[in-house]
Amino acid sequence: MAFDSLTAFIVMEGHGPYVWTCYGVFFLLLGALVYWSLLQRRRVVSAQRRDLARAAAGQSAAPRAAVGASFNRVHESQD
Amino acid sequence: MWQFFHKLGSPKWFFGIANRLMPWLLWGGAVLLLAGLVWGLAFAPKDYLQGNSYRIIFIHVPSAFLAQSVYIMMAVAAVVTLVWRMKLADVFVKAAAPVGAVLTFLALFTGAVWGKPTWGTWWIWDARLTSMLILLFLYFGVIALGAAISDEKSSARAVAVLVLVGVVNIPIIKYSVEWWNTLHQPATFKLTEKPSMPIEMWLPLLLSVLGLYLIFGWFACLRMQTEILTRERRTRWVKELVQAEGN
Amino acid sequence: MHPIRRKRLTIVLFLLAGIAVAVGLTTYALRQNINLFYDPSQIAAGEAPLDVRIRAGGMVEEGSVLRDSESLKVEFKVTDFNSSVLVEYTGILPDLFAEGQGVVAMGRMTDNGRFVADQVLAKHDENYMPPEVAEALERASAAKHKAGDSSSADTAY
Repeated sequence: MAFDSLTAFIVMEGHGPYVWTCYGVFFLLLGALVYWSLLQRRRVVSAQRRDLARAAAGQSAAPRAAVGASFNRVHESQD
Repeated sequence: MWQFFHKLGSPKWFFGIANRLMPWLLWGGAVLLLAGLVWGLAFAPKDYLQGNSYRIIFIHVPSAFLAQSVYIMMAVAAVVTLVWRMKLADVFVKAAAPVGAVLTFLALFTGAVWGKPTWGTWWIWDARLTSMLILLFLYFGVIALGAAISDEKSSARAVAVLVLVGVVNIPIIKYSVEWWNTLHQPATFKLTEKPSMPIEMWLPLLLSVLGLYLIFGWFACLRMQTEILTRERRTRWVKELVQAEGN
Repeated sequence: MHPIRRKRLTIVLFLLAGIAVAVGLTTYALRQNINLFYDPSQIAAGEAPLDVRIRAGGMVEEGSVLRDSESLKVEFKVTDFNSSVLVEYTGILPDLFAEGQGVVAMGRMTDNGRFVADQVLAKHDENYMPPEVAEALERASAAKHKAGDSSSADTAY
């Protein structure tokens, strides 16, 4: 430990507010980014599940051919 | 080699790889980052001149380092988008830009808070700080342009061109402290030379840089997966996957 | 590589080179304005304008700091080891201000060659070390000086 006590660790010889603000904001922003990214992911999945459920209910008699595609290459004109 | 390259362009293949990588990236990154930060905060010796305020370096340098690395990766992806028209490259650019913006903001913010006790000012318009602010605006520009164009292909190309135009800012950021008189000091953490700090300060810094790198990798995988799920929602494998994921 | 892709790659590379040249020329043309401060040699050479708010930067010369006993007024010399400029300042100095440290002062040059500052910022270098190491280094260099000054080789430490 570079500090003698917990108080010394928090005060950091007067530089505590600066150091702790930085670490606080760092973890706050990273945490918010984690939360936001996971939330986005969950929203996309649940929206699609809703769409799929609706499609399944609407056309139980005649299922349309699923769009099949190969994604090994990007098929596109080379102009 | 080209075969591998084209396989890499397959969203489905990438999705599987990302699934396998993500736990390692997240937990490996978290452990390294926390180890580096706890070491830097509590155990590393204080600096003879700045005292304890220098401990901000353990988040300032990783954030600034990553902010620039992410932009370089985005520029490489932009070249791939423009030359090979690979969709996954554009997916990466769109997924990484917000993370890069947050990291750039963190670098600027922690720099400002550090500047107050050491230099005596929060902000000064010197070359390093200004070019870093330009990087933040470039990230904002990439995010806004990507969101403004709804057509997938035109959006990919426009964003790629903007990213490439902005990449000239990266060497300016890096060498600003050498080319011009700035208040900001030259780099402490160097890739090619001996660092200008002793090992007990340098190792925690290295750990937190590596940890943040891995965490960025996790963010990139997660956000790219989300983007792929949105774009490929009409394909069979995504439909099957979405149903499996809900159960 | 597909010839069309090669063509696209060439276009992208030319685009990048073009932008790099344009930005390079612009920053080269603006280099005086991008510099945050003038160093003492530039000021001594008369490159710095008189009576315009400018910045001067360099090292605080050892032994040049004169503090006024009644006010916050302080005088010191800023040097780049070729020339030096006398700086006058009234106010609170940053924590890192010390003799032998880098500073950037904002203010005006007066006709008598003095620099009247209204703000002084500390500039530090990229070297970090624990206090004990810094002390040991200082002691070592002091010991070397002492050994060089006096002929007797036996030092107390």
